[in-house]
Parts: sequence; structure tokens; C-alpha cells
Amino acid sequence: MYKLWATILKDVRILLRDKPGLLFMFGMPILLVLVITTIQNSTFDLVSKNKVPLLLCNRDTGAASRQLIQAIDKIDMFRLINLPKDETGKDITGRMHSKDALLAMIIPPDFSTKIDAKARKIAGKALNTFGLEGEKGAAGEDSVEPIDLYYHPILQQSFRSSVQGALYSALQLVESRQILRTLYFSINEKQLPDSLEKDLLHNNLSINEIPVLLDNSRPLPNASQHNIPAWTVFAMFFIVLSLSGSIVREKLNGSFIRLKTLPTHYILVLLSKQVTYLGVTLIQAAIIFAIGVWIFPYMGLPALNLPSDISGLFFVSLLCGWCAVSYAICIGVFARTQEQANAFGAVSIVILAAIGGLMVPSFAMPGSFRTLIKISPLHWCLEAYYGLFLEGGKLKDVLMNIIPLVIIAVTLQLATLWGLRQKKLI
Amino acid sequence: MNQHDEQTETFAVEVEDLGFSYPGQPGRYFSHFNLKIAVAERFGLFGPNGAGKTTLLHLMTGLLSSREGTIRILGKEIKKDNQSARRFFGFVPQDFSFYEELSPRENLEFFGAWSGLKGVEIRKRTTELLEILDLTDVRDKQAQQFSGGMKRRLNLAIGVIHQPRVLFLDEPTVGVDVQTRYAIVNYLKELNRKGTTLVYTSHQLAEAEELCEKIALMDKGTLVAHDDLQKLLAEHRQEGLEGLFLTLTGKNYGNDHV
Repeated sequence: MYKLWATILKDVRILLRDKPGLLFMFGMPILLVLVITTIQNSTFDLVSKNKVPLLLCNRDTGAASRQLIQAIDKIDMFRLINLPKDETGKDITGRMHSKDALLAMIIPPDFSTKIDAKARKIAGKALNTFGLEGEKGAAGEDSVEPIDLYYHPILQQSFRSSVQGALYSALQLVESRQILRTLYFSINEKQLPDSLEKDLLHNNLSINEIPVLLDNSRPLPNASQHNIPAWTVFAMFFIVLSLSGSIVREKLNGSFIRLKTLPTHYILVLLSKQVTYLGVTLIQAAIIFAIGVWIFPYMGLPALNLPSDISGLFFVSLLCGWCAVSYAICIGVFARTQEQANAFGAVSIVILAAIGGLMVPSFAMPGSFRTLIKISPLHWCLEAYYGLFLEGGKLKDVLMNIIPLVIIAVTLQLATLWGLRQKKLI
Repeated sequence: MNQHDEQTETFAVEVEDLGFSYPGQPGRYFSHFNLKIAVAERFGLFGPNGAGKTTLLHLMTGLLSSREGTIRILGKEIKKDNQSARRFFGFVPQDFSFYEELSPRENLEFFGAWSGLKGVEIRKRTTELLEILDLTDVRDKQAQQFSGGMKRRLNLAIGVIHQPRVLFLDEPTVGVDVQTRYAIVNYLKELNRKGTTLVYTSHQLAEAEELCEKIALMDKGTLVAHDDLQKLLAEHRQEGLEGLFLTLTGKNYGNDHV
């Protein structure tokens, strides 16, 4: 026990004197969590609080285009910037390149006429179907010339889809209103009353969003609840660079030769590193969670709500840390040079994070990847954390995520022992 | 074997019928090699580069292991009873074998614990060694700031923290100034006077002449000569070890083992 204590003390001293290493282990993850949460939060704010700037060039002079603009404005998603009607497509793309806006829309000159013609034709068809005298052979086209929507290539498909959805609903409203008005006028030879129009067009059913939580007292999940657990796991596993590098360095430098001639098992070196770096991972998690709880609100970011089962959170963090340390030690034992350990360690963690669902949610992955997910320890760590942070579960609720994590950690430990024997280190 | 048996051993190191070759490399390094080093002897192992000195030292300290033959340190077989054998000897490798991020005190505390010492004993030995090797003033400074000479003295201090009965030294004074060499050699003589067996290898032949009373000259994994230094000098009509060395191992270049 004294030897283990002395070895831990040695590792802690070396660790504390490695300032760049400390910055890498503690500073980088904090920065990572901060940057990603801020970005994700601002993306969320972009569509909820901040409005998306939309350049609008209305070349039409009719009522339908004005109604369309009103409908778009009412969606409350866009900040409309009106452009002169003679603005060319080239001018507009020029403005977009200078980042005035990421979206631009051109309403064609005959938009209202064509909407009107289409409404009359559909109304006529409808009246005929009802057995009433409709406007026979109403001239008009079924289709209206499409509205051009310019977007900056940096906008992701998911964001473009939500913009398109919003614009379609505005268009639909304009079209439906025109058809209703025409239909009503054809039957009653007077204007559609405003109150009826409102009832017909604006009586939307609302959607009530209900998060599926195990603990009903929890507030709604936010960007912090999603990002902090995910990037804490990433940070824990990223100690692979420091830990595996330290093992390789120790194997290659002179102290290793001396250690092998002393009456103590080399396994103690690895045991000490496990204890020391497990402590590092727990401190990492504690610091990141504390920042989420107490610092984020001062930065305008949503506060992290800790799970109600704090002992469960500690146990899950302990297991995640143990798995991360086991992975790093395994790499350190097998790597021959520090370059090998660093390159393999860094790349493999990014891959395991990607397939583990840290970057793209696992439910959005293609079928073949869903099997691959299971080999990533980061996936099980993340699932266990999400069970506590997002679903409001307790330790018993995340047992099914902990079991695979333990299996992976034990497998890594056995592989390490095998590697040590192969290399005649024990 | 109890403490009494250890004290009554005649030989500090016994190498019997040793055979060794590096895996994946042609040729044998040692074949039916035998060597005995008496307790409390100041023994020097010399030879050109590639003669097998470091390999033999690594076999004796258990860093390498051989399937053929036996090596005993104070009666304990290094292969079968390595944990016991390791308690008896200390090793001062040619490369600096300590943590440069740590201070001399911290290095001695750590290696002291690994050598089987406990708290009070470690502190006592640390103070003694730092004083003897003139490192007290820098006891809490990180070793990476040290000069080559200070690092050599620390390297030696770590090797003797547990007061080993046999001390293996691989080029313990390489790259140091005259003062440091003088201090190290004197300290080694002092240790020997207290009963520590020294097994020493170096290319510093003048220093070796001063330190060693018995020597073995090796070439290509075999013993060319093994006797009292003075006796060998007289026998081969040489005035110094350098002349004896060239006479017995030739004037051609030695090739380091690759």
C-alpha cells in the first residue's frame, strides 16, 4: 500500500508540473463545452428568439404578394429586409455574399395575378363538383411560377428545411384565402366576412410538446442538458493523449529500466496511473458540471440542472472515467512510440465519439451504424448520462447502459494484461 | 534463505553455463559463459563496444532473461526468485534513470519506496545521500534544471538508497567533470569499504584502474581474461589498463551490438 501511495504521489506531482498537459485536460474540455453549448444555444435562439434576416424583393404589385409578406412576417421567424423591386438576382447574391443575410426571396411580377387565376379555376371546379354554376372555363393556370429562395451554402439542410416549411405554410395561407374568397364571392356575390375568414383560416390546432421524463419535477431539457454530458464524456476519453503518452514516455525513458530492476511489480505503475487519472476524470466532470450549473447562467446560457440522484451521477461518472482510463492505458501499453499513442488515441476517440452519438444523435444514424454504436464506450457513457440528465432517471434506470460499459472496461483491462505479458513487462 | 545465509555467501554474483542470444538476431551472444564475483569485491567488466558488457549486466540484473544457465545474486536465482534477488542489488544505468520533473528528494522518496523502504527510513537515507553527494541545496529543485554532473550524482544516489549489498554500475561517470568523477569514485570506494560489492563497467580506463581490484576483459561474448588487475598487468607486462586492454582485445574497432 505504501508503494502504491508513493507511486500515486509521484504521478500526481508529475501531472501537476505539466502545465500544458493540465491545460489540455481541463482547459480544453471547458472551452469545448462552452463553445458548443453557445453555438447550439444560438442556433436554438435563431429560430426562437432572434429572427433570421430575409432579403425580400417583391416585384409584384398585387394584393396576394402583400398578403404573403404579411403571412411570412406573422410566422415570427424572419426579420424582413425589403429590397427595391428592380434589384437583380446578381445584386441579391452580391448582398448575400457580403453576409447581409443568409436567405433571400424574390416574388415574381405576376404572382398575384397567377394566384388569383389559380383560385378562380379551383373555385370554379369546386362549384361544378358541388353541382352549382361555376365560372365556366375559367381561364387560369393550375401552377404559379415558383418563388425563388436564395440561400447561403453555409446553411445546413435541416435549417433550410425548416425555413421552407415556414414559407410553404405562408404560401398555403395566401392561396387558401384567395380560393375561399373567390368561392364565397361566386356563391354569395359579396365579400367573405372577415370573422368567417379568420375562423376558417386561423383556427389552427395547437401542438402541446410533452417531454418524456421519468421525473416529472424536472424542467424542460435545454442546450446545456444536451451538450454538457456529451462533451464531458468526450473530455474524459480525451485524456488518452495525456495518459497513454505518459505510459509510453515512461516505457521509453531511463526510469523504466530502473523500475524493472526493483523488487516491485510494474503493474503498480499502471494501478497508480489508473487511480490518478480516474481522479482527473472525476475532477474534469465536477468542474464542467459546476460551470454548467453556476457559470453558464451568467453567460446567458441555460443553466445545467443536475439529476436528482447525485450518488447515481457520481457512480456513472466513476464508471465513465474508469472506462476512459482503461482505454488510455490499453493504448499506452500497446503503442511503441508517443506519436503512435497520440495519433491513434486522438483519431480513435473522435471516431468513437462520432459513432457513439456525441456528434450526431444515434437515432439519426443509418442502420449499419446502429450496430456499430454498441462497441463505442462513449455511447454507453452518454446514454447513462442522458438517462440521468434528460430523462430524470435514477441509477437503477440506467443499469442497462452501465452493464455494457463495465464489460468494455473489463475487456480493455484484460487486453492490457495480455499486452503486458506479451511485451514481458510483467 | 535467511539473513544469516545471505551474510555467509561467498559470491555476490555467480553466472553458470549462461547461454543467450537476442530474439530474431543471428548468432549467440553468450555460450556456456561462467563468471564469479566475490562478496565485497570491486569488480570491473571491460571490453570493446559490442563485447557484451551491457548485455551481461542486463542479464545479471534481470532486465534480460536467458533460458540457458543460471545467474545468482547472493545465492538467489534471478530468474526464479527475482523479487528476493532484487532486494540485494542496486543498479545505476548509463542513462539517467529518474524522473526529471521531480526533485532529488521526490525521486529518492519514490525509488526508496519501490526498493522496499518505508517512510522514516526513506527520509533518513534521503538526507544522508543528499548530503554525501552534495545535493542538499538543490533537494527541492526539479532535476531537469540540473547539470550533467548533478544528474549523475542523483542517478547514483537512487541506485544506493536501499543500501544494496551488490551494486551494478554501467558507466556511472560518463560525461562528468573531474570533480564529480572524483566524488563519485570516492563514494563508491566508501561503499565498498562498508561491504558493498561493486560490479562496474566503463570505458574510463584510468578511473577503472583506480576503482577496481579485480577485472574481467570481454570480447565477443567471451572472457578474454579474469583476474586481479595487478596480476594481469604484471603477467602481460603492461603498465596500465589501456595497454592491457589493447593487448588482449586487439586494436580493431569494436562494433556496437545493433
